[in-house]
Amino acid sequence: MVGYTEKIKEIASRLLKECTVDMVIGFRKGTMPMMNEPCFATTPEAIDTLVWDSNCGINLANYLTNRKEKVAVIAKGCDSRNIVTHIIENKIKRDQVYIVGVPCTGMIDKRKITGMVAGEILGVSETENTIKVQTADAETLFDKAEVLQQNCALCIHRNPVIHDEMVADAVQEQTDVDRYADIRKIEEMDSEDKWRFFDDLLSPCIRCYACRNACPLCYCPTCFVDEAKPQWVGKGQDPVDVRTFHFLRAYHCAGRCTDCGACERACPVGINMRLLTRKLEKDCQEQFGWEAGLSLDQRPALDVYQANDPGAFIK
Amino acid sequence: MELMGIEPDRLHFSWISSAESTKFVKVVKEVTEKVKAIGPNNHFIKDTAKVA
Ligand code: SF4
Ligand code: SF4
Ligand code: SF4
Repeated sequence: MVGYTEKIKEIASRLLKECTVDMVIGFRKGTMPMMNEPCFATTPEAIDTLVWDSNCGINLANYLTNRKEKVAVIAKGCDSRNIVTHIIENKIKRDQVYIVGVPCTGMIDKRKITGMVAGEILGVSETENTIKVQTADAETLFDKAEVLQQNCALCIHRNPVIHDEMVADAVQEQTDVDRYADIRKIEEMDSEDKWRFFDDLLSPCIRCYACRNACPLCYCPTCFVDEAKPQWVGKGQDPVDVRTFHFLRAYHCAGRCTDCGACERACPVGINMRLLTRKLEKDCQEQFGWEAGLSLDQRPALDVYQANDPGAFIK
Repeated sequence: MELMGIEPDRLHFSWISSAESTKFVKVVKEVTEKVKAIGPNNHFIKDTAKVA
């Protein structure tokens, strides 16, 4: 993905100059290494700050919800699938977004990298296949493959599924990926162990809702956890309430989640809540042959009835 | 639900028309028996509110 930055700037400034769009949504460097932030560029100066590297894990589809103006958005494979979902769910019109597609080779896991080096990270640079991490006393070189976010290591749709323009030629898709090894491991446990597993997994949750806020699917004007009348779920950190929050959020994303990883990335305490969304993804795949956000012409699995829908669980 | 550790026998789905009274009775009996067999679910009991 080295070299995308220049191309993105070029495309963005052309789109603004020709008034094709009113705004370009992309990334700029954050204040800390590995923390690129969204950039809403409307001026040539802002366009100059646009970047692209392996720290663009935030899902930009999240910033398209209910927009009125015409916008261009820089979209990775997963973002593009969330844009498709947004269009299907009438959150934005197709002719209102100009999609600048980015063939993606994966985003790096800042938490993993921070755990692999000693001391504060001062800078991170990259080539196509390596990541160089700079601390006060050392420079460490990693293979990019070894520090990818888990969702990227498992990703099978790296190229945007929908675009108006591409930043570069398509990249090779990963095949032979076993997406659900960890889910199957949980499925094999007995009920008590499953309960304990999720108690442990979710125990650090502070109910900050960063995971929900980072997710493009979570656009409800009032989320069920924020309702007070009726109050569906307790607002504290009681394990029952924490579990209810996660469980229901996952269900609200069922058949829609693209496993972009923005939720896990946003979590300040590093909870892998994707185990829940991926279980539902796996079920959708196995029972309905459905993968979210691949085409504008197909209604989502939970939105259609088919005579062969599995129904054995209904007695 | 099962993935999170709710026992499979605790949750039942059924489609019963308002005219199917015998089916309704049968299903209720079955569900009650199955749930009794696994016993009470203590997972969802909240401790008294903790004040920090
Ligand atoms: S999930 Fe796929 S498309 Fe999305 S950032 Fe990771 S590798 Fe790229
Ligand atoms: S639930 Fe997480 S992985 Fe799924 S679409 Fe939302 S942010 Fe992405
Ligand atoms: S981001 Fe993490 S800590 Fe915050 S609510 Fe989500 S899982 Fe809990």
